[in-house]
Amino acid sequence: MTASIQILLKPHIVDVKGNKVASKCLNQLGIETGKVKSSKLFSVNYEASEDDLKDYANRCIKDAVTDEILVNTLYQPSEFQSCIAIAQLPGVTDDEGTSAQMAWVDFFNIDADVNTQHIFSQEIYYFENKLSEEALQTIAKRLLGNPLINHFSYSYHNNAGQISFVPYVPEVKMAADETVNTININLDDQQLIQLSKEMVLALNLAEMKAIVHYYKDAQTIADRQKVGLGTAPTDCELEILGQTWSEHCKHKEFNAVIHYKNNETGEQKQINSLFKTFIKGTTSKVQESLEANQNEWLVKVFSDNAGVVKATKDKLFVWKVETHNSPSALDPYGGAITGILGNNRDPLGTGIGGGRLLFNTNVLCFGDPDYDKPLLTGQLHPRRIMEGVVSGIEDGGNKSGVPTVNGSVVFDDRYSGKPLVYCGTGALMPYHYKGMDSWEKPIDADDRIVVAGGRVGKDGIHGATFSSIEIDEHSPSSAVQIGSPITQKKMADFLVKACEAGLVKCSTDNGAGGLSSSIGELATISGGAVVQLDQVPLKYAGLKPWEIFVSESQERMTLVIESKHIDSLFAMAKAMEVELTDIGNFSNDGFLDIRYKDKMVAYIDMKFLHEGDPQKIMYAEWEKPSLTEPTLPTDINYNETLLALMGSLNICSRESIIRQYDHEVKGKTIIKPLMGPEGKAPQDAAIMRFGFDSFEGVAVSNGILPRYGDIDAYEMSAGAFDEAMRQIISAGGSLPNTQSNDGIFWSVNDNFCVPDSEYHPEGNPDGKVKLAKLVQMCEALYDMATFFDIPLTSGKDSMKNDFKADGVKISVPPTILYSMTAKVNDVRKTVTSEFKAAGDLVYQLGNTYDELGASEFYRLHDALGANVPKVRKEEAKSLYLKVMQANAEALIESSHDISDGGLAVTLVESAFGGSLGVEIALDNLGDLPNHVKLFSESHSRFVVSVRPENQVKFERLMGEKAFYLGKVNNNKEVKIDNIVAVSTEALLEAWSGRLLL
Amino acid sequence: MVKSLVITGFGINCEEEMAAAYQLAGAEAVIVHLNEILLGQVSIHDYDILNFPGGFSFGDDLASGKVVANKIKYKKLPSGKVLLDEIKQFLSDGKFILGVCNGFQMLVRMGLLPNTNHQFEQEATLSNNNSAKFEDRWVYCKVNNSSKTPFLQDIDVIALPARHGEGKLIFMDDAMRETVKKHDLNCLSYCTADGEITSAYPANPNGADMNCAGLTSPSGQVLGLMPHPEAYLSLYNNPNWGQIKRQSSDIDEAGEGLKIFQNIVDHINGLHLIKTSDLEKSLLNKLNSKG
Repeated sequence: MTASIQILLKPHIVDVKGNKVASKCLNQLGIETGKVKSSKLFSVNYEASEDDLKDYANRCIKDAVTDEILVNTLYQPSEFQSCIAIAQLPGVTDDEGTSAQMAWVDFFNIDADVNTQHIFSQEIYYFENKLSEEALQTIAKRLLGNPLINHFSYSYHNNAGQISFVPYVPEVKMAADETVNTININLDDQQLIQLSKEMVLALNLAEMKAIVHYYKDAQTIADRQKVGLGTAPTDCELEILGQTWSEHCKHKEFNAVIHYKNNETGEQKQINSLFKTFIKGTTSKVQESLEANQNEWLVKVFSDNAGVVKATKDKLFVWKVETHNSPSALDPYGGAITGILGNNRDPLGTGIGGGRLLFNTNVLCFGDPDYDKPLLTGQLHPRRIMEGVVSGIEDGGNKSGVPTVNGSVVFDDRYSGKPLVYCGTGALMPYHYKGMDSWEKPIDADDRIVVAGGRVGKDGIHGATFSSIEIDEHSPSSAVQIGSPITQKKMADFLVKACEAGLVKCSTDNGAGGLSSSIGELATISGGAVVQLDQVPLKYAGLKPWEIFVSESQERMTLVIESKHIDSLFAMAKAMEVELTDIGNFSNDGFLDIRYKDKMVAYIDMKFLHEGDPQKIMYAEWEKPSLTEPTLPTDINYNETLLALMGSLNICSRESIIRQYDHEVKGKTIIKPLMGPEGKAPQDAAIMRFGFDSFEGVAVSNGILPRYGDIDAYEMSAGAFDEAMRQIISAGGSLPNTQSNDGIFWSVNDNFCVPDSEYHPEGNPDGKVKLAKLVQMCEALYDMATFFDIPLTSGKDSMKNDFKADGVKISVPPTILYSMTAKVNDVRKTVTSEFKAAGDLVYQLGNTYDELGASEFYRLHDALGANVPKVRKEEAKSLYLKVMQANAEALIESSHDISDGGLAVTLVESAFGGSLGVEIALDNLGDLPNHVKLFSESHSRFVVSVRPENQVKFERLMGEKAFYLGKVNNNKEVKIDNIVAVSTEALLEAWSGRLLL
Repeated sequence: MVKSLVITGFGINCEEEMAAAYQLAGAEAVIVHLNEILLGQVSIHDYDILNFPGGFSFGDDLASGKVVANKIKYKKLPSGKVLLDEIKQFLSDGKFILGVCNGFQMLVRMGLLPNTNHQFEQEATLSNNNSAKFEDRWVYCKVNNSSKTPFLQDIDVIALPARHGEGKLIFMDDAMRETVKKHDLNCLSYCTADGEITSAYPANPNGADMNCAGLTSPSGQVLGLMPHPEAYLSLYNNPNWGQIKRQSSDIDEAGEGLKIFQNIVDHINGLHLIKTSDLEKSLLNKLNSKG
């Protein structure tokens, strides 16, 4: 029998959770609920006497101060008229239930299996008002849960005037299923396409034909006969091919042959792989240039889960940024938390593995939180997505003890179908573990394959293939994965220790594609693998062998272990309560050999698996859009304009998001997202120190400017590169390779997120233009990175960011994010953005041009314009070198880079950030119109302040690159000539009040 | 040398900076997984200070710090005792315990704080912030000068980062509140930059009873607090280091949080000095006689 324990707050205790739900119902849904009472319920499947159960409930579950407990009876209030109970669906991670089990085994001192769910948790909310079923459903689905992962029970007063309901227990009751099917592929073209679709393989005709060809090959038939397999592929084999050849894992479009035609210049060319030409090609060129100057800090690029560079004399820095867009569109919380946890596993599984996580970053793109267009089938409201994603990142980072130190939020309604969720993680790894090079991944035949961490369920099956197609109303809910930060934290602690003890030969993450991907890739090193799927620990029975192999259940890593270390490794894991399972061994016979008990499940030639997919051919054609500059009203009210800009969605304060992230756990964050006396000054780059024994550290920044791409994709990409770079310069960082052997590493991840760019006459008629934009973004990347000697070390591309439903398609604008990190020799010498003292002199560094195209100022006037900001590389570089020199001489007191909203917004932020005022004259900026001087978003510029006593030295050094503007004062007002005079209080209010979570 | 034991595992995540704090204060610090103690591989009695750092043990499930507190109260060690018995012994040996954030939550749920009647029963709790969310923001705390915990000696007002979602201290009842007040166990209160104790959000970030940010036990041996002193070991942890440094360029680069660790290490060194003074005398004599 299932027992129940219900927990309620004592009547005099403030019900914080209930009150929050009541106010959200009112403010976000317009539903008046009256008083809301929250409660928690545990369903217990352990056998126990009533007395034992009560003892456990009172001593382990109940809080003596705040709680009341009901055992085996349910609360039946008369003062609440309706209620919603929210449980997990069967098989969905239930951490709270698992923790209650931990308490159970500790309390009764029994040795029990805590990996199988015996206690289930659910939340209950009681509402004072009698709400309609429709209202309850709205509250349940929009605020409290997600039908893809939650079960909802609704109930009302019964005849006796009381509420009651039967608790839902999400047990998974399935019989074991060891079936391995074979699939007939002797089909015509149409049928092959149909098969690919039905099995969610996401393979096109050419790829399906390559598979047919392989299975018809005489050698294949002979090989298969030897192991007892017939000529038709098994379900598992097709699933493995679908996963390995998915866009997500194989980057087919970045490796395609592209026929490119530029109608603006008449240029025509054929590009053989964007990745090889522009990404890897860039870094090879940069590496040559660096090494010619004895700057030899690049250790591992593009060949592992994350990029690796030399950070200090004994530490390597590991850096990875990825996206998790599709899962976040379906389940924002789950998508984001698995995004951040999954990204954490990349540096954890780079080289041997066991890097210590230093920080997280996140960059998010959403639709307007006040979006008022009707929602399409399956589309979640942008506010809902934003709040879910933010809490996912909060829990993913905070509960893992990794500080979230830098990020950005971009709003544009084209992200209202699929949001973009970029997660980044930096880590430190020693050069050596017991004499082994930490960044290497050696694997030999007979090394054991050991999986660590969470168990396998049906969650996340087809995640890799699913992210490679657009989302529509029929997207599989099994693509949703639920994260468990505590499971991962335990595993990460264990892995760090095991690597340091020299017990791990190497490791990798189990992410998209699950074991199929992790083992399939590792097996290329030794030349094969043998896996016993029946050994893989399951959450519940009922998974078919192929499902076990491709499931994307989270918090798992695959470890490569030499047989001699197996016993010590398993002993260490047991003490740390981490589940390990030995599931097979690596081999060198050239085959991926998968078995379930004595049955063959898959047997594929490794060479075909990894090299057998035909190269894709794509077409790009650039047509320059005809754009013009808008006519502006002649009577601009600058005070009002400035207040409107401060309160605009893409400029306003992110404080209500930022403060929900722990940005200083580990005690190493030196420049946090918000600084200054009142914690209101937004910063350019984050600065982390590496340890407590030195002041060496790293600067971290992000550049993203999607709206510029509406005018010019090349300038958008170049501008985003400059933005990230200048933020690091602003905070006191240095460009690389300016001196021989200076140890100033830069490690950059590029992340492309673009809409479907494959031309199709009906489905995607502007596909060629979209692909041309992608080519131009890559060209800018190449030009910028090779000019500044800044290497890309890792990255990701996400190619199908479209949401299709009800015959409508919402596509993201082509977007690129540059996430940059750079060595800082002494974090104490870095520079923050807020003004420091009255009397300091204020300068603009760098030139302003008439570049208001796609600016926030034009957006206020509903215009796009044509003059998009252009990066002038030579000009930028010579300025940055001077800024570096000024910082070396400690001449700069504050520095803030000029970006969204232009000079005016930058001045305001530095002023209120320091709780000070500023008085400015614009004449030194030449004869541009005032609105251009104030709001142009020209790149490579800064607002800095300088002590009066350093004026001569500073001006002599900067020469014509510095424009004196005025002085910092104590007036708490921003005054610009006779056109702007606004109190910093009013500006701060406009800036702070716009985005509240 | 003072020996400090820092517990980790199961989602605790501030162990590294806690250990660094003791090292900077001149103590030896060892980070140990809780299971190493529960399995009898490490004894707390080999140390002078036992530390429960911050984090999200068991993801704050059931309630923050609850699952670990249950383990310590109920899970049997190889000796047949529970760890709480060992902790009682540790305290009666005159040793010290510190809990920060999640560690404070554990101490309160184990009954180590405020422990007014020395019965080790829960007398208070830490509950959801009134804001209903986790927040990371710096706060000021005023030290109750009448509190007798050596951890807070010679500190008046201290700035620290608060980073929690369940930090609202609630006492069992009015009588408990009065007892705590009477014995000055409310050693740390949220205040303004000028040291005025306040209930105004966000200076008091969670709505705690009596604006209480930290508690000590009647003997002063146990300290628990929500804000994180181990995250303010360097001046450069302060979000306003830019202006602070500008105002006084020769300012000490150590962070204010370090003082709490320095205090307890100095205090224990003082105790050792008293205990070992006889031994030292004889050593000195030996040295002198060697000339």
